[in-house]
Amino acid sequence: MRKVLAHQLVWPTTALAVLLLVNVIATPTFFDIRMQDGHLYGSLIDILRNGAPVLLVALGMTLVIATRGIDLSVGAVAAISGAVACVYIAGSPEQGAASTAIVACSIALAVCVGLGLWNGFLVSVLGIQPIIATLVLMTAGRGLAMLVTDGQITTVNNDAFKRIGAGFVLTVPLSIVIALGVFCLAALVTRRTALGMLIESVGINPEASRLAGVRSRTIIWTVYVFGAFCAGVAGLMIASNTSAADANSAGLWIELDAILAVVIGGTSLAGGRFSLSGMLVGALFITTLATTIPTIGIPAETNYLFKAVVVIVVCLIQSPKARAALWVRRTAPLAGRATA
Amino acid sequence: MTQMETQPAAIAPGRVEPHPVIEMRDITIAFGGVRALDGVGLRLFPGEVHALMGENGAGKSTLIKALTGVYSIDSGSILIDGEEHTFSTPAAAQGAGISTVYQEVNLVPNLTVAENMLLGREPRKLGRIDVRAMNRRAQETLDRLGLDISPTSVLGEHPIAVQQLVAIARAVDVEARVLILDEPTSSLDADEVEKLFEVMRSLRDHGVAIVFVSHFLDQIYEISDRMTILRNGTLVGERMVAETTQLELVKLMIGRELEVLERIDREVAATEAIKSGQPVMKALGLSRKGALQAVDLELYEGEVIGLAGLLGSGRTELARLLFGADTADAGELQVGSKTRRLRSPRHAIDRRIAFSSENRRSEGVIEDLTVADNMLLALQASRGWLRPIPRAERSRLVSKYIETLDIRPANPQALMRNLSGGNQQKVLLARWLITQPRILILDEPTRGIDIGAKAQIQQVVADLARDGMSVVFISSELEEVLRLSDRLVVMRDRRKIDERPNQDVSVSDVLEIIAGSARAEEATRA
Repeated sequence: MRKVLAHQLVWPTTALAVLLLVNVIATPTFFDIRMQDGHLYGSLIDILRNGAPVLLVALGMTLVIATRGIDLSVGAVAAISGAVACVYIAGSPEQGAASTAIVACSIALAVCVGLGLWNGFLVSVLGIQPIIATLVLMTAGRGLAMLVTDGQITTVNNDAFKRIGAGFVLTVPLSIVIALGVFCLAALVTRRTALGMLIESVGINPEASRLAGVRSRTIIWTVYVFGAFCAGVAGLMIASNTSAADANSAGLWIELDAILAVVIGGTSLAGGRFSLSGMLVGALFITTLATTIPTIGIPAETNYLFKAVVVIVVCLIQSPKARAALWVRRTAPLAGRATA
Repeated sequence: MTQMETQPAAIAPGRVEPHPVIEMRDITIAFGGVRALDGVGLRLFPGEVHALMGENGAGKSTLIKALTGVYSIDSGSILIDGEEHTFSTPAAAQGAGISTVYQEVNLVPNLTVAENMLLGREPRKLGRIDVRAMNRRAQETLDRLGLDISPTSVLGEHPIAVQQLVAIARAVDVEARVLILDEPTSSLDADEVEKLFEVMRSLRDHGVAIVFVSHFLDQIYEISDRMTILRNGTLVGERMVAETTQLELVKLMIGRELEVLERIDREVAATEAIKSGQPVMKALGLSRKGALQAVDLELYEGEVIGLAGLLGSGRTELARLLFGADTADAGELQVGSKTRRLRSPRHAIDRRIAFSSENRRSEGVIEDLTVADNMLLALQASRGWLRPIPRAERSRLVSKYIETLDIRPANPQALMRNLSGGNQQKVLLARWLITQPRILILDEPTRGIDIGAKAQIQQVVADLARDGMSVVFISSELEEVLRLSDRLVVMRDRRKIDERPNQDVSVSDVLEIIAGSARAEEATRA
């Protein structure tokens, strides 16, 4: 029992289960999934679909945080990605062609990789603190996206592009497939090769890693590029879902949702050991929470406040110190030794 | 829990003694079923220096942490002035006049010396920190200890040795009745140790009880009055220092005869033959501004070069240049037959050079990774992340080195942070041996580790050299350098001042070389 309780996934999973339970009580049909025109529909599917961009961004964020870093610019990068793709499609002579969509997405992702290189350069070569280095792009990035779209909401009409965020493959929404695909790929690459161990090593002790011959600089650079790439894909999904690029609100606050997902998943902001499966649970929790708030009748204006309270509670439950404090107060003082 | 009234049998009988200020009785602490301490006792009298002796992992640190409230005890009692007392937090212990200075400096590098000394008890005026009063009080304490350190300087700008002295000054500033010094001397040079001892003697004469933990037996004998010896978490006994010979003490600590050290008799003469070949590494005028003046050095196959010199003499700086941990400003380095510029450690590792840093914690171990990952890190890094070491190969390498180096616990999945210093050092040694280096640079590989582990590491170095590896060996303990080296390079003031074969050289000869060169310089200056 103690072993089960000590496992890092227990608390986030419990929190997610409680949240789902609340939803079922509020809406008894919550777990229903129905087939319509060969596509799956239902609240759970919606949650997964809405959660796909957050999951992608959180995936990149996990690796960045594991190296002791943080990437605040992912929301802006997502906005730029959507803007570049939409503006290219809108300006193309064959707006509806599938090839146009493919070229547009490739250009958008290439731009994102470039932005990731910029972030990585600031952090790993110039040694600027990650929070400051990525703050630059966080603020400048939205301006850049506005510049690309000329300050307008650019709408496009391209079926292939629309499918990324709103399409289906074998009855399942395509965005879910993409997000899970990238997730599995990342999990495979970090845990089946030595990359995960080297990332953790750099995050725990950069200087000792350097002296052991680890290419710390390259690794740090790579995770920022990967983070920006994931944000780019998320940005394409968001733009595709509405067939429009909104430089102002696309991916707004997504960096915070991603950071929360990572933290709830048990990866420390101090760097080092990371957990992709924990992050997955965390991302699901965050998106389920976003769906739950209107369902249980919380007024829209207190939306953020409620979210903050729930997040704090989850974080407190996860903290061994806070748990010990609660535990000691309720039981005999002897129990306090359990944490020593 | 009443059976603990019986005193440990080893305590010398019939002596008339004052009441102990602290008495720990029958202390037992277990971590997850493993007993770290099993019925251990300790008596501390006012006005004595009490050495706590034992190998790494014997339970010295655990006992100290039990006393200072870091760990809570499972059974047993702590008596302070004859009254039972337990501290639930380190702050409570400090409030009762028990101050602790740990081996690793636990201060804030980007605050000033004065701020560090008075952290948490800053003098205040109108609710704000009175900086002037703080600096004045720090200066007074530093003066009292005879330390020439500016209170307004930033702590991180000082070398580790000075930071250590500041930590001690911080502990002394509190009205301490009991001062616990856990390995305070491991990064100090002889002068600084002497200064520390003066401070300790003066505190002792004022009635402070001092617990002193050190791996340097000579220091124990110079400063301590009484000692308590632990082994594997149990109490071996309490002895008066004056009545126990060093040999007896070592036997008590390790529980067996220590013939290991005797066997390491390197055949120095044999290496003359080796020198006829090509050097595996050759430095010509290697230098770095502010760190090292131009040094020439040749290293031959199967040879151990000992770098002797005081702390700050440039030993570490030279080692770092040879490995590319720092880059040289001038001079050249030949590895094999080619001239190389070592731009990074990675570069050096590819040339089969290995370097184990003197700062085990900040530049060696990856605390939150397992023993296995720590061991394989350098090999994995040089293979690149795309080629993970196959599982079978991993476990073969890891269990081989756990066995040959006698690493404990012998569990590859143990987290590195849970190992004792000596075992961490062995894991780091294994990390480099796994890369099969031609040149092995060891900077203070035996610092702060117990005598058994020390002997094992020395034995490994001797064996490696016999098998053809070239070793650069750095240690503050001259005896150790002399025991292992074929050739001695003596450093002082960031340059090489002497080089000679290690034949009939004694410790005092080396000291004479260092002192002699200092005198010669003064003469030319005059």
